[in-house]
Amino acid sequence: MNVDTDIGVGCGAGDGSEAPAAVAARGITKSYGSTRALRGVDISLASGRCLGLVGRNGAGKSTLVSILSGLQKPDSGEVTFAGRAAPPAGAVHAWRERLATVHQHSMIVPELTVAENVFLGRLPRRRGRVDWAAVRAQARAVLGEWGSGVDAAELCRNLSVEQRQIVELARAVAAGTKVLLLDEPTAALEHDAVQRLFTRVRQLVDSGVAVLYISHHLEEVFDICDDVAVLRDGDLVLSAPTAELTTDRLVDAMVHGTGARTSPAAVAAGTMPMSSLLADVTEAASEELRADVPALELSDLAAASALGDLRGISLKVAPGESVGVVGLISSGVVTLGRITAGTQRADQGELLVAGKPLPPGDRAAAVKAGVGYIPEDRRAAGFIGGLSIAENITMSVTDRLSAGRGGMLRPRAVLEAARPWADSLALVSSSLKQPVADLSGGNQQKVTVARALARGPKLIVAVTPTRGVDVASKELLLLALRQAADAGAGLLLATDELDDLVYCDRVLVLVRGRIAAEVPGGQLDRTALIAAIEGVAGAADPSSNTSQFPDSAVEAGEAE
Amino acid sequence: MTQTQQPVALAPGAPPTAGRARGPAALGFLREAALLPVLVVILVVGAVISPVFLTTDNLLSGVGQQVSALGVTVVGESLILLIGGMDLSLEATYGLAPMIAAWLLVPKAAFGSGLMLNPYLGILILFAIGAAVGLVNGLLIVKARLNGFIVTLGMTVLLAGLQNGSVQGQSPYQLPQAFAFIGTEYLGKVPVSLVVAAVVFIGAGLFLRYHRTGRAIYAIGGNAEAARAAGIRVDRVRIGVYVAGSMLAALGGLIEAGRVSSVTGDQGYQEGIIFTVFAAAVIGGVSLQGGKGTMLGAASGVVLLGLVQNIINLSNAPNYWQLAINGGVILFALALARIVGGESSAENP
Repeated sequence: MNVDTDIGVGCGAGDGSEAPAAVAARGITKSYGSTRALRGVDISLASGRCLGLVGRNGAGKSTLVSILSGLQKPDSGEVTFAGRAAPPAGAVHAWRERLATVHQHSMIVPELTVAENVFLGRLPRRRGRVDWAAVRAQARAVLGEWGSGVDAAELCRNLSVEQRQIVELARAVAAGTKVLLLDEPTAALEHDAVQRLFTRVRQLVDSGVAVLYISHHLEEVFDICDDVAVLRDGDLVLSAPTAELTTDRLVDAMVHGTGARTSPAAVAAGTMPMSSLLADVTEAASEELRADVPALELSDLAAASALGDLRGISLKVAPGESVGVVGLISSGVVTLGRITAGTQRADQGELLVAGKPLPPGDRAAAVKAGVGYIPEDRRAAGFIGGLSIAENITMSVTDRLSAGRGGMLRPRAVLEAARPWADSLALVSSSLKQPVADLSGGNQQKVTVARALARGPKLIVAVTPTRGVDVASKELLLLALRQAADAGAGLLLATDELDDLVYCDRVLVLVRGRIAAEVPGGQLDRTALIAAIEGVAGAADPSSNTSQFPDSAVEAGEAE
Repeated sequence: MTQTQQPVALAPGAPPTAGRARGPAALGFLREAALLPVLVVILVVGAVISPVFLTTDNLLSGVGQQVSALGVTVVGESLILLIGGMDLSLEATYGLAPMIAAWLLVPKAAFGSGLMLNPYLGILILFAIGAAVGLVNGLLIVKARLNGFIVTLGMTVLLAGLQNGSVQGQSPYQLPQAFAFIGTEYLGKVPVSLVVAAVVFIGAGLFLRYHRTGRAIYAIGGNAEAARAAGIRVDRVRIGVYVAGSMLAALGGLIEAGRVSSVTGDQGYQEGIIFTVFAAAVIGGVSLQGGKGTMLGAASGVVLLGLVQNIINLSNAPNYWQLAINGGVILFALALARIVGGESSAENP
């Protein structure tokens, strides 16, 4: 950890002259063993203002959130609500009266109704029994304010991600909460839904609620936050009104001084061994690849899927080519990635990897055929938390590591095989034997990416590879994928995030299961791309007239 | 199966995760060391209760031979627990497989079929029955996606019924020497069954620790979806583990049959050994949620329960109360294992 930055910046967002801040934390310090997650952080939230909290993975955001929401006790320092001392850590009910948290991962009980979830743990009672009429009436009243069309009697498992979030917000409102923590609330939302969420948050802020908004998306912070606070390595290094800041300044505050080991610039400049390593590992694969045989060829692929249907996709990815496929999540980008990687079957169509057909829905066969895969949800499918970093990285190559040894693995060989990947991706850990569950989100994703690259794939299928990853790691991961492609692999990058496309040779836009436009890489026009993704621009592809109708935005909203 | 490992002292200044960072094996050692004081207390209590307890004969034959049958079955159940499954029917396989085999081997006068098959063929049949039961369980659970609890519960009742029905409630005896060998014979003072159990434990432990399929078992139990995405043939490994588990239960049954020189209708299901099997695995730190646990831990669970059982036998506790004492001791041991095992032994709610 760097100790050179001891700036001690700590100006709160409030003006100080008015009433005490809705929440104020002073001198918060928290250590885990020898790791100091927070070092004397001062932060305050004023009523009627939205404070953005940003920082790279491992900067201490999660720790600060769990302290502010009463889940953990700081080693030193104190938290006050409107000038009064906070309840003891762990007193869940007492904290919940003062502050509500909307988590990155939904805290909704899927088998209960919307109304029950809104009043979870505090259902109105009459004569000792739950007053169901009151539950429904009050839930409707709260939900009505939002005009969201969420039915109070609906079971929450039938709701979309956006609707579930509305329920969580409604829960906070119904409890009369004056302080709201939003922990990466947009991670699973599409563009329109994000805008609707912002409108609701704005409403809450205007009604006097103090909001702490945690996000990786800096443009969102500029969109919605009045003030920004930046954490870096456990220090609060910047705190200022948004209006006085630029994106560059913010990124600089987040990244500056964290050392060359994690700097993407160092990788780009060739001071890191990544390119040579990637070349080594993929050399064998690239020799096999003949330029005239595409790494991937899809013809007329169609599938019905809960994650978005595909309606006839044909495309080719040449060896060494990086092809982005972008669209709303419901447009089928995830489905396309899953089918290509072999974790899902197609209903029709043909799939050739390096000229050979793959057995449908057989992931193990796809691995053997040389398809590396970065799944869309790393927690669900990207790694095994209880196993070590080294084991996770080498999980797809155990057959090679144990070849000629009757399947027995030498732990040292596993470590040695994993180390170059950990080094080239600047993975931060105490040891490669550390369980992946102990790593921060960005480092977990690096493990997932390393696992996909470790077999020297002919084709890499990366689905939303930078979701929930901080800015600097994002850059590093995209560059690693690009370099694997340069070394001879085909890259299919399926995403809903425009920033993921920077290194793509060309970009295909998916709208409701069809390829609606093809754009050359390089200088991408964000506005045109967004328009194409939302299905409002017909200019890019004259054949898709159907997507020119003005109602397409509504349909996009419904599809989720 | 004795334990000499001392708790590993963490280097000063090492983060608290250093112990966990050493991987599953070190975790096993630490857990093992945590159970060590409990084992010492049990040894002291045993020595006080009976002068016979601490003799080599008692420890090798009294405890060692008794726990061997249980032990190999616990290995089978632990493997199944590690992939995130469960198998209640191991106790019935433990009874049925030796029953059918014995019935085919012994004369009519000893309640057999009179076929008098070659005893080695009998042992082959015993393992084939185990494999068949495991395969059916595996296919129903993994391929047909039925719930493992109810499938193996149903299988238990079916197999126990077959066990009694096939011999109409009789207990075949006069087992051929080759068939009873593992359960009865000694190498010097060491029972063959104990050697077999030790080999099974060590073999399974090394397999889990170093073999790619062993590591795949941990991966599947930890996160099956992620294991599949990494190219592990999850279904195949799972079914294979159910087959292996049932074959180990059949081996356990063979040891027990040899030890008592007959196969009774009670062996397995009627004795209710599945509770002891689960308890030994869990006391030894094998998680019921999969992906967590070691053979070293499971072995310590088996030894702990075996010693307790032996002490109960030696203490001349009234017969009618032995069951209650046994149940109480197991619950107590479970609670103790949770306390000394710390957070790593906790099951998530």
